[in-house]
Amino acid sequence: MVPFFFAYFAVVSIVSGALTIALRSPVHCGLALLALLLHVAGLFVLLNAEFLFAVQVIVYAGAILVLYLFVLMLLNLKTDERHLHTKFAVILFAGIAVCGELVLLVLQSPFAGAKGDAPADTILKDGSSYAIGIKMFSEYLLPFEIVGIFLLGAIIGAIVLAKTPSVADGERDT
Amino acid sequence: MEAAMRFTLHASRGTPNMVPLSAYVAVSAILFGIGLLGVLIRRNFIIVLMAVEIMLNAANINLVAFSHYLESMAGQIVALFVIAIAAGEAAVGLAIIIVVFRGKISTNVDEMNLLKW
Repeated sequence: MVPFFFAYFAVVSIVSGALTIALRSPVHCGLALLALLLHVAGLFVLLNAEFLFAVQVIVYAGAILVLYLFVLMLLNLKTDERHLHTKFAVILFAGIAVCGELVLLVLQSPFAGAKGDAPADTILKDGSSYAIGIKMFSEYLLPFEIVGIFLLGAIIGAIVLAKTPSVADGERDT
Repeated sequence: MEAAMRFTLHASRGTPNMVPLSAYVAVSAILFGIGLLGVLIRRNFIIVLMAVEIMLNAANINLVAFSHYLESMAGQIVALFVIAIAAGEAAVGLAIIIVVFRGKISTNVDEMNLLKW
């Protein structure tokens, strides 16, 4: 059952990723990106990461993607005739060659390492979010606070950038 | 055993997980390649930002896959930080797009060359 679900999520996420960069209309690209995010969330379920699954659906598909769609609707873009770069054939060939080589190398490499302290049984005892919470608020408390400050800076930066210029500013600029 | 009943889809319960780690890493490599191609070949700035999101998602798959197979929680926590930073990046990037669009009525990356020397 798990390999079947893995194959489904993997194939659909790759196809919708390709559609995201290949489709002409920006709104269609956004919807393909939504399909990609939801299927990547499905891969997280297969990897015992229920909390990340929820965060992926809520934050990525729910908040970030809505932000993208809002901006698309706000700008009212017309579909471009030439939506690809002029030399896209060369870049596509080089990209596919590099990507194929990368996949070949990855499939041949044995991945191993020292096992950590969180086997599946320990996580299942109290659930994934409990395990993440205990770890995040003890060992990773400082990075957590730094991310909070980063988000505050991003909010202030976005507001300052997107603010409609006042009349005095407009006169000075033009 | 009650905990096991709560998550019926759990990969590590019942039958052993037959999907190898390299399969997840391969999927993530393909998605990263797609995102990189998108950044290189698209001309619309918003689609370029979407391709960056694809690359961040590929990195997240990698982190969570290694976190599961090497039985460590650190990968999932770093993936959470990546999601938070992606949110900040999207907000600031889209604000920049709005500013550029207000001035030039274009979101074409080739035409944004004001900072080019």
